[in-house]
Amino acid sequence: MGSPRISPFAFVLPVLLMGGASALAQGPAFGIGRTPTPEEIKALDISIGPTGEELPPGKGNAKEGAELYRTKGCAACHGAQGIGGAAPNLKGKDPKNPDLWARGRILPLRAPFATTVWDYINRGMPLNSEGTLTADEVYSLTAFLLFINDVIPEDQALDQQSLPKVKMPIGDSYAPLPDWKPRTKRLPGYPF
Amino acid sequence: MGSKPLNRRELLKNSAAIAGGLTLGAAAPAMGAQQTPESHHAPPSWPMIKGDKDMIAYGDRSKYVTSVRIAHPVGGRPSPDQFGLTFHIATPLQDSVGVITPSSLHYVATTRGAFMPDIDPKEHRLMIHGLVDRPLTFTMEDLKRLPSVTRLHFIECAGNRSSRAAKNVQQTHGMVSCAEWTGVLLSTLLKECGVKASAKWFVAEGAEEVKGASSMPIAKAMDDCILAYGMNGEAVRPQNGFPLRLMVPGFEGIFHTKYLRRIKVVDRYYMNYNDFGHLDQEAKIAALEYQIGPKSVITFPSGEQRLPGKGFYEISGLAWSGGGAIKLVEVSTDGGKKWNKADFKGTPQRMAFTRFGYQWNWDGSETEILSRCTDELGQVQPTRAQIAKYWNKPYDQTFTVPGLDNSAQPWRIANDGSVTNGFA
Repeated sequence: MGSPRISPFAFVLPVLLMGGASALAQGPAFGIGRTPTPEEIKALDISIGPTGEELPPGKGNAKEGAELYRTKGCAACHGAQGIGGAAPNLKGKDPKNPDLWARGRILPLRAPFATTVWDYINRGMPLNSEGTLTADEVYSLTAFLLFINDVIPEDQALDQQSLPKVKMPIGDSYAPLPDWKPRTKRLPGYPF
Repeated sequence: MGSKPLNRRELLKNSAAIAGGLTLGAAAPAMGAQQTPESHHAPPSWPMIKGDKDMIAYGDRSKYVTSVRIAHPVGGRPSPDQFGLTFHIATPLQDSVGVITPSSLHYVATTRGAFMPDIDPKEHRLMIHGLVDRPLTFTMEDLKRLPSVTRLHFIECAGNRSSRAAKNVQQTHGMVSCAEWTGVLLSTLLKECGVKASAKWFVAEGAEEVKGASSMPIAKAMDDCILAYGMNGEAVRPQNGFPLRLMVPGFEGIFHTKYLRRIKVVDRYYMNYNDFGHLDQEAKIAALEYQIGPKSVITFPSGEQRLPGKGFYEISGLAWSGGGAIKLVEVSTDGGKKWNKADFKGTPQRMAFTRFGYQWNWDGSETEILSRCTDELGQVQPTRAQIAKYWNKPYDQTFTVPGLDNSAQPWRIANDGSVTNGFA
């Protein structure tokens, strides 16, 4: 059947002809692989993007999160107040410092979106019991960590709708992401 | 070989090859009847290795070859720790020859301490979904039916930087390795799924306990990413992502997602935990966190080795770049005053180790040796002083190279032939 690789020009023409519906408007070449069911996709679709579209239903607040932080063993590794444990700090050391970048790489403080915090707790915590937290518990723990970093008030409930809308203190003060292109230097103008 | 009768010499050659192949070790005596009358074989002075079942099934190296990996960095968390968790493990570059790191010695890093998942490949699936026309799920059998590629590629951990405390090249540079990887191009599968025009990034995710995930540009996916099931002629090892690992040639190690179970094509940077770790205030520094710069290091002579005396040595080392193939390696034997062109052992491959050599007569006096390389894009490996100058920072012991450290590594050679870290 020849090479499955198509030339770079082959990308452009179908897009022009078909109104840009698909960058690779062509049928499958090999017919290998199976179509996953919507349920199968949903079960694995755990990367929570900034829009929060993958978030499951559920809700929780910081008060509930504080309780879970103790009972789920978070405090044992991250410290009773989110600081000084063996695991990464969850609270900035110097809350008065207006320069967020000087306050350490604290996930619930420096993350540009609250979805990143929710995602990581859901994905990777607690250590050795990953995947055991309910959606309500993850919303509660996220609310607790955002509360101890003065990002949200203690009584604010987080859910599918409100979590992506939380304004994180870092705002957009991080540098734009590099626009990577094949066969180009890693940084224009940088000789090394 | 046709029907031509074999002459005596060919017979001897063939029988010796057969004898060697069957007895596991060239030391086995050749069949007596076929020895030439003038040969005098004294009985060997070393013991014979008897074949046992395990050795027949899967060969071992000589007991005299003791090169091993070590926990990285010096004074860091042990691997394994008391619970059997693996953190970072560095490869013994000081003993490496050629360009391939044996799978057993390939460096290992985990995003946090981890047990190695023991995945049954029959149960493993890769799902591709998101901004595609046809989401698809593949078994390992499916993937092995598809057109494959086999390529040499290095992987390097972003934390692979020399320090004053590091004494040898395993400690300064051991978080990089190069293997021959076999698998399906990610672009082959993405074309099978039909990528939508709105696709800008993709998220790759592993099946291990933390389900490590990273966002990468879709342009990289379509360029040269490989879904690798093979490594150095056999299956990828569990420590390196069995049964399926995403190769992202030339990008920092963390992007090479192990235990790959899912790829989601998306329209924006997904800001996963790993992504958040790449953010920076300065655009220039953020840009240096993807593609690895040109880098080389001398592996012989290197830290903690000792030259027995003045005279001839072939200086040997490795060069690599995330920008493509290595075009030039230069070696200095006078602390960087004069640079001499090194020769390549084999043809440099894109985003792979290139072994270089430089013939040197050491006059026995104290000196410093170092190497630098240039890649196909014209990027040149700098010294730390050059990097400091570029960033307008004073070059002293407090200076830290922004992004992945690709600075030249000086090795100091004393009058007595002992070799030490030039940064110490």
